Amino acid sequence: MELKKEKLVEMYRKMLLIRNFDRQARVMFTRNLIRGTTHTYLGEEAIAVGSCAALRKGDVITSTHRGHGHCLAKGGDPKRMMAELLGRTSGYCKGKGGSMHIADFSLGILGANGIVGGGIGIATGAAFTSKYLKKDTVAICFFGDGAINQGIFYEVANMAAMWKLPVIYVCEENKYAEFSPAERTRAVKDLTLRGIPFGIPSQAVDGNDVLAVYAFVHEQVKNARKGNGPSLIIAQTYRLEGHHVGDAASYRNKAEVEQQWKKDPIARFKQYLLSEEYVNQEEVENIEKEAQDTILKAVDFALQSPVPVVEDLFTDVYVE
Amino acid sequence: MERVINYRQALNEALHEEMERDSRVFIMGEDVGVYGGPFQVAKGLYEKFGAQRAIDTPIAEAGFTGIGVGAAITGLRPVIEILYIDFTTLVMEQIVNQASKARYMFGGKAKVPIVLRTQGGGGRGNAAQHSQSLEMWFVHTPGLIVIQPSTPYDAKGLLKSAIRNDNPIIFIEHKLLYNTKGPVPAEEYLVPIGKADIKRKGDDVTIVAHSRMVLFALSAAEKLAKDGIDCEIVDPRTLKPLDEERILDSVKKTGKIVVVSEGARTGGFASEVAAVVQEDAYDDLDAPVLRVTTEDVPLAYAAELELEAIPKEEDIIQAVKSIV
Repeated sequence: MELKKEKLVEMYRKMLLIRNFDRQARVMFTRNLIRGTTHTYLGEEAIAVGSCAALRKGDVITSTHRGHGHCLAKGGDPKRMMAELLGRTSGYCKGKGGSMHIADFSLGILGANGIVGGGIGIATGAAFTSKYLKKDTVAICFFGDGAINQGIFYEVANMAAMWKLPVIYVCEENKYAEFSPAERTRAVKDLTLRGIPFGIPSQAVDGNDVLAVYAFVHEQVKNARKGNGPSLIIAQTYRLEGHHVGDAASYRNKAEVEQQWKKDPIARFKQYLLSEEYVNQEEVENIEKEAQDTILKAVDFALQSPVPVVEDLFTDVYVE
Repeated sequence: MERVINYRQALNEALHEEMERDSRVFIMGEDVGVYGGPFQVAKGLYEKFGAQRAIDTPIAEAGFTGIGVGAAITGLRPVIEILYIDFTTLVMEQIVNQASKARYMFGGKAKVPIVLRTQGGGGRGNAAQHSQSLEMWFVHTPGLIVIQPSTPYDAKGLLKSAIRNDNPIIFIEHKLLYNTKGPVPAEEYLVPIGKADIKRKGDDVTIVAHSRMVLFALSAAEKLAKDGIDCEIVDPRTLKPLDEERILDSVKKTGKIVVVSEGARTGGFASEVAAVVQEDAYDDLDAPVLRVTTEDVPLAYAAELELEAIPKEEDIIQAVKSIV
């Protein structure tokens, strides 16, 4: 599939934004500016970016606890995201949600989710709305190879297939489910089999190849818009960092991780853009610098933003 | 002449009227389409509104409730039927973690106008997994509204209000109220959420009762009246948010209160009302706040055991007599 230079550069820029954002999230966490917990998306950027590049503005996504990448890929504002991580009123949720609950309904980001598999029902419901209102919008449901073992997936997969709902289930097979290798807790290795009982087209894709992800998702989005129902994409990747910031990941060895860094989707896409002469070295450096600056500005914005006041405690519980 | 219909018909009318009024309203659940609902509350919806809006689901409560939450968050107004409240155990994730929290944790951006209709309560020999009164699990969850109507009039007016409300609502019917009758106007009306109703005026003792226990309290009050004890019966109708004012006003008048609840004793609705009353009307109390509740046991099948576990009319009479 031939993509224009602007689109390719935009995809690269978004991947870099995600990488820089999560690196800064780590810094902020280490400086005790982020409470609770936060999860980084390093190594998986191609999945969010490749998938969201196949979407239009009216389409929606649901994200996960490891959700910064999905939000940025769907157009989330890094300033408001970082402010949310720091619990500031200028954040996406006015400081009430934090890292695991960023949402921007105006952009179709129906929320990151603190419950593993928590977005699966919601995305399917959003697809239900699309069909009910006879719109041609679609929903992408991001979740991991841990979440695919949750029962709700099989309940909604059955209904989504039966009702031909326009939802694309993008399973990020990042090889770890919390603190264990994901394969250790499943009977059958091949996750593409998980959609088969419901007649859902299911395919694996190299999740570190942003263009492959884009091509796969684009095809499934097109099918969904035509009313052909759901699909399952197993995007194979690797979680380069621990489950959360602060997890030393002692359950795996360094050599394994080093090996995976060689497959870094960002380095790989950069190489592609250079070798195919979409960009030259100088342009690449400019894009990289700009992404870094954008995130540093987001950090400044967040740090300068006010913290909530006690009156905010009781607002937003109910629609009055 | 006053029109009299039963609780089931009242609910059914509410669904018909609201689905007629707003095309975004649909009903989804097990057998609510072609069959008209296991309790026939959804009767005729499929014929009138079609399979697109009266939707039969597989037996997959978590799944279809999850879809309902997603539909609500994206602009539809689902009514989800969970056949027995006991089965809400299967949808706690969707209700407690997702629906009730979405607005707050997303900083006021989300609206989740979902009504989860279900029915609870014992007394019919349905045994331990089909007889529970689990309303307090939801009352204990900020972000939810919990409604429990006791009469056909309240059932219709409150269900209509619930469907029009923009918050997630747990609407709890009672399996032994479906056939009870009462006056329901033919013309449209709404019952406001969060407003208690005085089901009987009286000066001597306040009885707060909800759901089917309102009926028990009313018949107990008639017998007590013959002994010269005049009970006031307050039906909160909405457990959350609770109309504390109306309960407190009554207690300030009578100085005595018995709370009758079909939920299990420990941590139940009666305990909550007792706490509210002792905090805000302590000086008005002439006697301890008494609770008449279901015993802390799973409900048994045999009538001799089940009916002994849930409150009886006689329990209410004795409780009232013990404080006057």
